[in-house]
Amino acid sequence: MTVTPEKPIKQVDRVIIRFAGDSGDGMQLTGDRFTQQTAVFGNDLATFPSFPAEIRSPQGTIPGVSSFQVHFASHDILTPGDHPDVLVAMNPAALKANVADLRPGAVIIVDSHEFTARNLSKAGYASNPLEDDSLARFQVHPVDLTGMTIEAVKDFGLTRKEASRSKNMFALGLVSWLYGRPIESTIDHLTRKFAAKPNLRDANVAAFKAGYHFGETTEVFAVSYEVKPAPAPKGRYRNITGNLALSYGLLTAGRLADLPVFLGAYPITPASDILHELSKHKDFGVTTFQAEDEIAAIGAALGASYAGHLGVTSTSGPGMTLKSEALGLAVMLELPLVVVDVQRGGPSTGLPTKTEQADLLQAMFGRNGEAPLPVIAPQSPADCFDAAIEAVRIAVTFRTPVVLLSDGYLANGSEPWRLPDVKSLPKIDPNFATGPNHTTADGAEEFWPYLRDAETLARPWAPPGTPGLEHRIGGLEKSDGRGNISYDPANHEHMVRTRQAKVDRIAETLPEVTVDDPSGRARLLVIGWGSTYGPIGAGVRRVRKRGLDVAQVHLRHLNPFPRNLGEILARYDKVVVPEMNLGQLALLLRAKYLVDAESRTRVRGTPFGAEEMEGILLDALADLGVAETSHRSTDTRVTEEALR
Amino acid sequence: MTSRIDLGLPTPGTAGVPTLPDGQVLTGKDFTSDQEVRWCPGCGDYAVLKAVQGFLPQLGLRRENIVFVSGIGCSSRFPYYLDTYGMHSIHGRAPAIATGIATAREDLLVWVVTGDGDALSIGGNHLVHALRRNVNMTILLFNNRIYGLTKGQYSPTSETGKVTKSTPLGSVDQPVNPVSLALGAEATFVARTIDSDRKHLTRVLSAAAAHRGTSLVEIYQNCPIFNDGAFDALKDNDRKADAVIPLEHGEQIRFGPPGEDGRGTKVLVRDEVTGGVRAAFAADVPDEAILVHDAHNPDPTTAFAISRLTDTGSLDQTPIGIFRQVVRPTYDDQVRAQASTRRDLDDLQALIDGGDVWTVEEDR
Repeated sequence: MTVTPEKPIKQVDRVIIRFAGDSGDGMQLTGDRFTQQTAVFGNDLATFPSFPAEIRSPQGTIPGVSSFQVHFASHDILTPGDHPDVLVAMNPAALKANVADLRPGAVIIVDSHEFTARNLSKAGYASNPLEDDSLARFQVHPVDLTGMTIEAVKDFGLTRKEASRSKNMFALGLVSWLYGRPIESTIDHLTRKFAAKPNLRDANVAAFKAGYHFGETTEVFAVSYEVKPAPAPKGRYRNITGNLALSYGLLTAGRLADLPVFLGAYPITPASDILHELSKHKDFGVTTFQAEDEIAAIGAALGASYAGHLGVTSTSGPGMTLKSEALGLAVMLELPLVVVDVQRGGPSTGLPTKTEQADLLQAMFGRNGEAPLPVIAPQSPADCFDAAIEAVRIAVTFRTPVVLLSDGYLANGSEPWRLPDVKSLPKIDPNFATGPNHTTADGAEEFWPYLRDAETLARPWAPPGTPGLEHRIGGLEKSDGRGNISYDPANHEHMVRTRQAKVDRIAETLPEVTVDDPSGRARLLVIGWGSTYGPIGAGVRRVRKRGLDVAQVHLRHLNPFPRNLGEILARYDKVVVPEMNLGQLALLLRAKYLVDAESRTRVRGTPFGAEEMEGILLDALADLGVAETSHRSTDTRVTEEALR
Repeated sequence: MTSRIDLGLPTPGTAGVPTLPDGQVLTGKDFTSDQEVRWCPGCGDYAVLKAVQGFLPQLGLRRENIVFVSGIGCSSRFPYYLDTYGMHSIHGRAPAIATGIATAREDLLVWVVTGDGDALSIGGNHLVHALRRNVNMTILLFNNRIYGLTKGQYSPTSETGKVTKSTPLGSVDQPVNPVSLALGAEATFVARTIDSDRKHLTRVLSAAAAHRGTSLVEIYQNCPIFNDGAFDALKDNDRKADAVIPLEHGEQIRFGPPGEDGRGTKVLVRDEVTGGVRAAFAADVPDEAILVHDAHNPDPTTAFAISRLTDTGSLDQTPIGIFRQVVRPTYDDQVRAQASTRRDLDDLQALIDGGDVWTVEEDR
């Protein structure tokens, strides 16, 4: 190893890096490894992977660009960040697709090897941006990543094409040096991943180390940077994506309820990882059923619930639509069932790999008849664990289908997760029926499948195999108590209202929602649900940093709403509701509480930016006469601060 | 990578389902619920219900471990009339729901009751996939070749040209042959029987319940209101000898008026021209040319050829009996063989704690 004089290290608070390349360039792996290194180092972080729906678009074209953004800081952060400080672009298309998100002064590292006339033309560049002045506002570092990678791995007997594939690891090594990331975990990871292919293992490790050492020795980069670990409560942590946290939540809930988990699923982006993950854990009493379609997936899950298991089905918007009929049956049967909808851009096939939260009204109302069911949403990737357990708790306790609304951003995004102690989590009691529940006038003992618990209005759950409780249920209207088919008008009215009352009553068992209003002087309330928690929180912080007051409420429970929500809404002069749809929560709030909740919406397939949210809040404050209408972002940090 | 699990086949379809205590015997009455049966007078469903209620006690199983799941249609009211566990579900989805039940619980004997519209039209996909997976359940497909509950539209098994409320000029649809479909869908047990022949019906039910895997039983069932007489060719004393081709495993396939030896004077033989099978007079062919029915043949080709004899119109050549009965591991047995509950909360904690974990020793 060449001994080089130590370069100066500069302290920075936070950095946003985006790795971008062709779909086949391994950008997701690169970003994931950088994230793991960062997590182990102890920074707070948030990630945002973005990839095309096509598996391999034509190489070198803009539609084929895949990227991974990671924001890490010495303090706690809420979003993956708006504007990358560093863009690593593996080809001209990756540069072109991402450069608009950069601020003047940002650093661009490109693989100069790929800036050929052919690739420039595929990306739609008329002239080479490395040679004209179109990138003059940025600090551009053309580095021959491919060439140096091939040189670094030449001893491992790979073809030129195979050798060049390790260039993502070279780039990762370089950026790892730049930000002082610990590299051991990546070397371990590569060693494990390529255990069966020693030459690929050695090549990737060599390329990674070569990139790191290139950073140390090259004169291109004069300094490296340090982002100190963020404050954190003591405990054990790992970085986790929403889909993985949600899968672990389902697994844990099954153990807490002592019920085998039955997942019925049909492959669909971005929910498939839940199927993949749960199918690995059959020895935790999990059954996964890859069904012939979305309908069979929920049908089998409902059948499993009927049989006394914890039925779960996972899907995304288009699949949710197909499940509507069976969801209605589940409402009628009053059996526990968890439906996970990892929302994506819609309608129809929409934007399969992009995020949106436009399935709220479908979850609420997308069935024939009056078919109420509880709806809950996680607010961050790690929170998917708790939200999944909460969904199961409600489903089992109240004998009802529950819709859990995650989204593509939560599913694939990640953040540090303080590991729970699973034994300390509250148990969930399935409380199966074991004997007759009704005595007739002549003293005979009978089982009435629709005789309800007086408090929860839940009906008994009597899986087949329980002697003496043989009964028939179905989609036809049931007589109250006894559960026989009934077309009686008064009975139908009673049952429709009872099913609604059962869902409404869940609110009584939920904690009151808390409003974050530290000064107590706020006149503006911002309220959101699901994955907008991060951007709204970040926007709120920025506004407060200006000395302005804003209150924040974030809803986990969308149906029923928390029982004190109306009172909170009434307290504020102005209520704004940012959503990644055209105002679905706002519609519900306005309808239920007659409050002038104002919608602030974006539907671009990407999360709100923190700065954008700050602008929304400042505009709302301006309407109240509290702030001036023209405002400037508090993100005054000069990018040069991050990297010269 | 595939793994075949040795499940010690053949195992009966009822294996794993708890039996009655010694000496306890149930009767048809024990399987009769307190609900008033509401099919039209003369409906073939009554005969099937009676046959099932009469047959179930023969299994000697606990009543609480028997589940009937149905879809939508006249026949799908079936579960309400049986005092077992039952679910009257949604249109076409019963095989999917039953797949969940059967996979979750080895100790349940699962039946699906469906009709030609339910199973072959709206639920066609689920039927095909249940059959290919070979989930341990018995599907009773009541085929009346008409939509009854919606008052008389043509169904996917109605003959071409059928005049109904929705086809006043005659239907132009090619009907589907349920037995051919099932054989093409990798079914391991496929049979056909008739509502009016209780003895045959019971024999087929018995074989279907004993089969481990998905058993498809097509039951020709008369709808006296909207399609009366659809199966007369098979019931009429003058015509049935020529129309009904009984299939008995290991025996020559003979039908037609009995000859002097008491055996049918017509037989099935291979058709050299089409590669299928055809009917012939026994007197016209050598004895060794007469087809011997082999329901256990792993190759479904001959069974399929036999299934094609069914004329889609007047049914004047209709094989009845068990077309195919072969052993193949079931989906649910194999899934259960992969699963276990041997890992506990400590293991769960270890799983969650896996991956790249770091520790913050003190609040910072």
